[in-house]
Amino acid sequence: MDSIHDLGGMQGFGAVRVERDEPVFHEPWQATAFALMVATQVVMRSHNADEYRHSIERMSPSHYLQAHYYERVLTGTTTLLVEKGLLDLQDLEARSGGVFPLAAPVAENPMSDRVPQTEARFTEGDRVRVLPISPAGHVRAPKFCRGHVGTVVHRAPKFSFPDTSAHGGERRKEHTYHVEFPAQELWPGEGGANDCVVVDLWDSYLEAASS
Amino acid sequence: MSDQKTADIQRRTEAVKDQLIRKGLLAEEDVQHFLDLAEEWKPENGARVVARAWTDPEFRQRLLDDATSACAEMGYTGLQGEYIVALENTPELHNVVVCTQCSCTAWPVLGLPPDWYKSPEYRARVVRQPRRVLSEMGLELSPDIGVRVWETSAETRYMVIPLRPSGTEALGVDDLSALVTREALIGVALASQCER
Repeated sequence: MDSIHDLGGMQGFGAVRVERDEPVFHEPWQATAFALMVATQVVMRSHNADEYRHSIERMSPSHYLQAHYYERVLTGTTTLLVEKGLLDLQDLEARSGGVFPLAAPVAENPMSDRVPQTEARFTEGDRVRVLPISPAGHVRAPKFCRGHVGTVVHRAPKFSFPDTSAHGGERRKEHTYHVEFPAQELWPGEGGANDCVVVDLWDSYLEAASS
Repeated sequence: MSDQKTADIQRRTEAVKDQLIRKGLLAEEDVQHFLDLAEEWKPENGARVVARAWTDPEFRQRLLDDATSACAEMGYTGLQGEYIVALENTPELHNVVVCTQCSCTAWPVLGLPPDWYKSPEYRARVVRQPRRVLSEMGLELSPDIGVRVWETSAETRYMVIPLRPSGTEALGVDDLSALVTREALIGVALASQCER
């Protein structure tokens, strides 16, 4: 889903502000929102981490940008619990004294039709291109690297493929690869000659590229 | 409810927690358990890993080969620490970590991430203008030093091993670890000089 969460490379944002001696949580509700996010996934097992990440991605862009991180955490978690019938939205709104904004529903055909790659196809030193994919559902190949060619610098273990596990598809595991892209490949005329970005990408996001 | 205002975030959070507990889906202790765990995850853990790597060449090698078990050997393991990779800075190469799509972090060694790491400003800009962002954050790097930005887009969780500051040869592990901040472990700062 090409929405606001996929921020890498987006322009128009100002300076990063660092707070000195920042506490882990600024207010008690933030700690509660964090603990509920983990407990629903680890104790209740009402949803997995990929469904959770995608539910945050489904927030309206204006809400997403205005919300504090832990409001996004609460919104993503609550959206899934309401969608699964575990929480009642009317009761939540009555008890909280106002509107409880949730994320938008999942798209109709969220998964793109890709061939599962359960065996490692690439190894260190291989040149690979990120497929120009753009599914309506969850995907973890950031827009800024799609279509670009990089070099595999490390093969990581197999992990659950997020595009399917976020949408109740068959759970399958694929290797991920740390793929290094020269900054000048990603941002021509802008990236530093000595600089690069390494992106961690699942096997079926990639195809072999000639060197 | 469309004419109503958005409910206060604190009341929304309490309403979710209350309903989950009322329905018997979660217990108060479940919530508390993860708050207690979050207190064990802190950047001081990563700082101890770095200080040991600076002083123990065999450990440094184990950390570079398999950071997940090297960190676990020191007791730093668990959620978001399932596959950790340590990135060693050199005089020629500086590493910096980001998660542009959400805010993934190696919780057991870095702790829960600070607000700046989760901000749209950092996530959008550091992949595209790393030197400028680092410079705005107080870290000026010579053009000769390459910058490698690590995007946490899958399940690998990264920690940076900063360069050991000069003049620290006499320090032990405790004093050395005090030089390593959360910002140094993410790669937006160097290890502090040793007057601390």
